[in-house]
Amino acid sequence: MGKIWSFIHKLGSPKWFYAISARLMPWFWLAAAVLILVGSVWGLAFAPADYQQGNSFRIIYVHVPAAFLAQSIFVSMAVAGLIFMVWKIKVADMAAAVMAPLGAAMTFISLFSGAVWGVPTWGTWWMWDARLTSMLILLFLYLGVIALRGAFSSRDSGSRAASVLAMVGVINIPIIKYSVDWWYTLHQPATFSVTSRPAMPLEMWAPLLIMVLGFYCFFIAATLMRTRSEILRREANKRWVRELAGGLS
Amino acid sequence: MAFDSFQDFLAMGGHAPYVWASWGVTGALLVGIVLHARAERRQLLRRLQRHERRRTTTDQTSHQTGGQRHEA
Amino acid sequence: MFAWVGEDRMPSADARPIDNDGRKTGGGEPGGGLVVAVWATLKRDLTLLMRRRSEVLNPLVFFALVITLFPIGISPDPELLATIAPGLLWVAALLAALLSLDSLFRSDYEDGSLEQLLLTPQPLAMLGLAKVAVHWLLTGLPLALMAPVLGIMLALPAGSYLVLAFSLALGTASLSLIGAIGAALTVGLSRGGVLLSLLVLPLYIPVLIFGAGAVQAAIMGDGASAHLAILGALLALSLMLAPWAVAASLRISING
Repeated sequence: MGKIWSFIHKLGSPKWFYAISARLMPWFWLAAAVLILVGSVWGLAFAPADYQQGNSFRIIYVHVPAAFLAQSIFVSMAVAGLIFMVWKIKVADMAAAVMAPLGAAMTFISLFSGAVWGVPTWGTWWMWDARLTSMLILLFLYLGVIALRGAFSSRDSGSRAASVLAMVGVINIPIIKYSVDWWYTLHQPATFSVTSRPAMPLEMWAPLLIMVLGFYCFFIAATLMRTRSEILRREANKRWVRELAGGLS
Repeated sequence: MAFDSFQDFLAMGGHAPYVWASWGVTGALLVGIVLHARAERRQLLRRLQRHERRRTTTDQTSHQTGGQRHEA
Repeated sequence: MFAWVGEDRMPSADARPIDNDGRKTGGGEPGGGLVVAVWATLKRDLTLLMRRRSEVLNPLVFFALVITLFPIGISPDPELLATIAPGLLWVAALLAALLSLDSLFRSDYEDGSLEQLLLTPQPLAMLGLAKVAVHWLLTGLPLALMAPVLGIMLALPAGSYLVLAFSLALGTASLSLIGAIGAALTVGLSRGGVLLSLLVLPLYIPVLIFGAGAVQAAIMGDGASAHLAILGALLALSLMLAPWAVAASLRISING
């Protein structure tokens, strides 16, 4: 226990986080590249076509991982905000700050691919499908967090306000999701939801699993990398950063 | 292999525009995120180095002028 | 306004001589300090808002105006209007409630009384709750009472008027509570108005779904009690959590 706590405490110090993340990051980049490459080739070229939707179902391999990630990133952003608010660990806030645009990008990917997928399945670019609607609301939540952080002139206030909003949002996400699902069933679903389908054969869901894992590794690697930049930016006047910069030239 | 030929693969059984648009936008965004993160890091490091260099040189010049004054 | 009660007591406790009856004047908490503080906040805010009548009336006028726009923009056909009336009334009421949110803490922030509120020994969450209650009393409740009249104008089918008013009364309470978080977060910002709606509107969606759903269910004759129960559950949840978020947000806005 003691060892774990001291490790967490060290992780909370920007200098240590910078050093540890440098060792972890390459592995996550490598894993992300390999998994996404394998998943893409498998999903695009080798997985069998769907009996109902033909080859358009191959959009699932980008739509679903992006949707998973969009929700997970919001949760991890709120957890980082909680850690920042309770234990005043600055690295947590730096991570939360770089997670928000990343999550918004993932939400956009899942919305865009969902809309494009709608053309061959529903015959229209936009359908007020339960999943697409919740994703759209999630995008607004992300934009709100990003805008609120940027609106404050003092960085610390912006960080704390964004943390509070992320926590309020994460409590609301399940409520929004269930109410939208309920609303959609009330107004009679058009045909069938894109992603809820009869059990998929292994050749179809194995690449999906690989893609999901690859996207998660990509998220971790990108977050680590941008958090490192954020550390350098905010700690630019600290001695260790100046020594680091001096050593490079 | 789900396709007979490369042409077949590109055509995606008539769904080419939808599949390739989704995958293209996703790929572009992922690559964009990586490139942006790299550019941000490089730019930051360059700026930090410039600051550090300026700080050390101004330190030296101020020492020199101080020394000259002493001699005068 | 009660801050000086606390501040005054500190030096006086030692400086003042003991009374004939043996108790220190000015010392000791008045009985039920929290109740007194909450009651005083309620009374003060009500008085202040009653003096600025236009601020109370504006959301109601806005509500009526928006409802007027829809038949003009869509069609005066009563049958068509009746089908969209529940949603229209609810969306318009929601926007009217949103419109009044920005001023919830604004004037207190500008004249410094919000800072005094922060300094009181009483929990800020409870005092914030009192302010939200006043906001609901003077915005949500009048909107709910006014909605049936506008419902007549939209040819809302009979039998759903009571449900409309009741669902709005329940729902706007949740809206005031959730909206107060956004108002507290943006009160320190000079141009917080648009940002406030961006923050708050996504969080309003569940209330809108079940509020409009209640009216629709009443029209179809399904009975709206399930929807109203869920609205009540949402209100209970926001009553439990929102005051703490409001208090934390106010602290951030004041100290930042």
